[in-house]
Amino acid sequence: MAEPVNRALPTAHAALARLRRGECSSEELVRDVLGRIRATDGGIGAYLWVDEEDALGQARAADARRAAGNEGRLLGVPVAVKDVLNVRGQPCTCASRILRGYVAPYDATAVARLRAEGAVFAGRTNMDEFAMGSTTENSAVQVTRNPRDPERVPGGSSGGAAACVAAGEAVVALGTDTGGSIRQPAAFCGCVGLKPSYGRVSRYGLTAFASSLDQIGTLSADVRDAALMLQVMAGADCMDSTCLDAPVPDYGAALRDDLRGMKLGIPREYFVGGLAPEVETPVRTAIEQCRALGAEVAELSLPHTEYAIATYYVIAAAEASANLARFDGVRYGRRARAESDPMTMYCRTRAEGFGAEVKRRVILGTYVLSSGYYDAYYLTAQRVRTLIRRDFEKAFAHCDALLAPVAPSLPWRLGEAADDPLKMYLGDIYTVTANLAGICGMSVPCGSSADGLPVGLQILGPALGEEKVLRVGHAYEASASRPAAGP
Amino acid sequence: MTSEEGRGADAAAIDVAYVARLARIDLTPEEQARFQRQLDEVVAYVRKIREPDTSGIEPTAHAVAVRNVFRDDAPRPGLDRGEVMANAPAVVQGLFRVPQIVE
Repeated sequence: MAEPVNRALPTAHAALARLRRGECSSEELVRDVLGRIRATDGGIGAYLWVDEEDALGQARAADARRAAGNEGRLLGVPVAVKDVLNVRGQPCTCASRILRGYVAPYDATAVARLRAEGAVFAGRTNMDEFAMGSTTENSAVQVTRNPRDPERVPGGSSGGAAACVAAGEAVVALGTDTGGSIRQPAAFCGCVGLKPSYGRVSRYGLTAFASSLDQIGTLSADVRDAALMLQVMAGADCMDSTCLDAPVPDYGAALRDDLRGMKLGIPREYFVGGLAPEVETPVRTAIEQCRALGAEVAELSLPHTEYAIATYYVIAAAEASANLARFDGVRYGRRARAESDPMTMYCRTRAEGFGAEVKRRVILGTYVLSSGYYDAYYLTAQRVRTLIRRDFEKAFAHCDALLAPVAPSLPWRLGEAADDPLKMYLGDIYTVTANLAGICGMSVPCGSSADGLPVGLQILGPALGEEKVLRVGHAYEASASRPAAGP
Repeated sequence: MTSEEGRGADAAAIDVAYVARLARIDLTPEEQARFQRQLDEVVAYVRKIREPDTSGIEPTAHAVAVRNVFRDDAPRPGLDRGEVMANAPAVVQGLFRVPQIVE
């Protein structure tokens, strides 16, 4: 059941070991990745943009830096970036028509920190427009297919990032998670997806969707790479006042092969009703595996889970409607041709520039914030958010981390939920809670369905409890890769 | 008073044509009909948030409360003007050009 699906995929830590021993150069490593993109991305569509010459130039610069004796924690490692994060001089379109042609004039803080450690930025990955969606089908540019089954979606909104890692077209990728947008595509594609706690990584340079929920994280082949990337990106930033000034622990030191002394909770409400048996079986097996690794496992309750989707879609839509007001055709991006007066210019620019899901959410968000509805929807949702946050605080008073499924179903078929927004929203039930509560979470591959479709185990930890989540994920992953330890 | 305000918060109805105007988005008749149907469904669903007892519960605006975050008041370079203006849809003499606003 728990086969090591990622054994064949490249990892940053293995690449760094080879680079440091002089067994390969960054140029060779980047050429390999570019070759893989050329060979396979035509059938997957993970990347929106790749600049081979620029990537090779960055790689040669990394090799020169190493030759000069100036090491870096990611020196020479290619990183794919979701098209919502600014990388100076590269396009940043959020997979939207309204930002076609936009070139980022600065680096996001997370990008700048990776760059300072020598990372190579080779390309931009596809996503649901403005990160709104769960399948990447809301991209205004192209379809991305699941590398494990091309008739299936890769999940979303970081679908391109998950697909490129799962296909070996990137060593590691940056994504963003507002309601599950890293964890769910990681589960759907069979890779590791880490969403840090709110405030752990600066959001400066991330095009905002829902500012109180958005967080930058990673998609990677294994947990060690997630720890390595977080180590570089985490920590206070004067450009984002919500980024926490809390010490950054040594995440690599948290990775151990057993779970002795850890208490893991199983939230009852995450295993009811709509959970597909093909998902539940591998997740239950993974939980038993964690018990076998020495963890104490106990059921508990998160009683307000059933209100999470409604709460999330009110708050996320409200924040989106405010954040996306900036796309008015004045300062950047597309402007509609007819511009006889400002009102006509705004309305037509946004009509032509936004896709259906973005329009729906902006309209919904405008509605819940409008006069006469603000208290009934937005303020009430914020109060229920408090109840959801308290559920987690109570749970983490008794346990170190929680284990749960990531998504209630296997990856959908392309087109299956494309024009049924409520159906798509309900698929986010196990992931939106972490964003509402501000806690951290990670998806780790935990086997496959009978058809070979990947399933993810979700590990949730308290705010700033990334060490615990990484420890559980690493121990489970390591045991699942050891043939003798399998069930 | 608009038709929306008169209905009160208990009405589940969302007037998509009206709200789209507030949001500055032109809709085609087809979009208006489709979004009306879809958002009626979504709004009916999100009313679930009124089920739990929230009396006396403080609202959460941000999951992690931080207050009065200051940085050093030190000057530093801003973005490169040329790079920023290169992204503008219409520029005149280094300024954003917009339709006439004041008669």
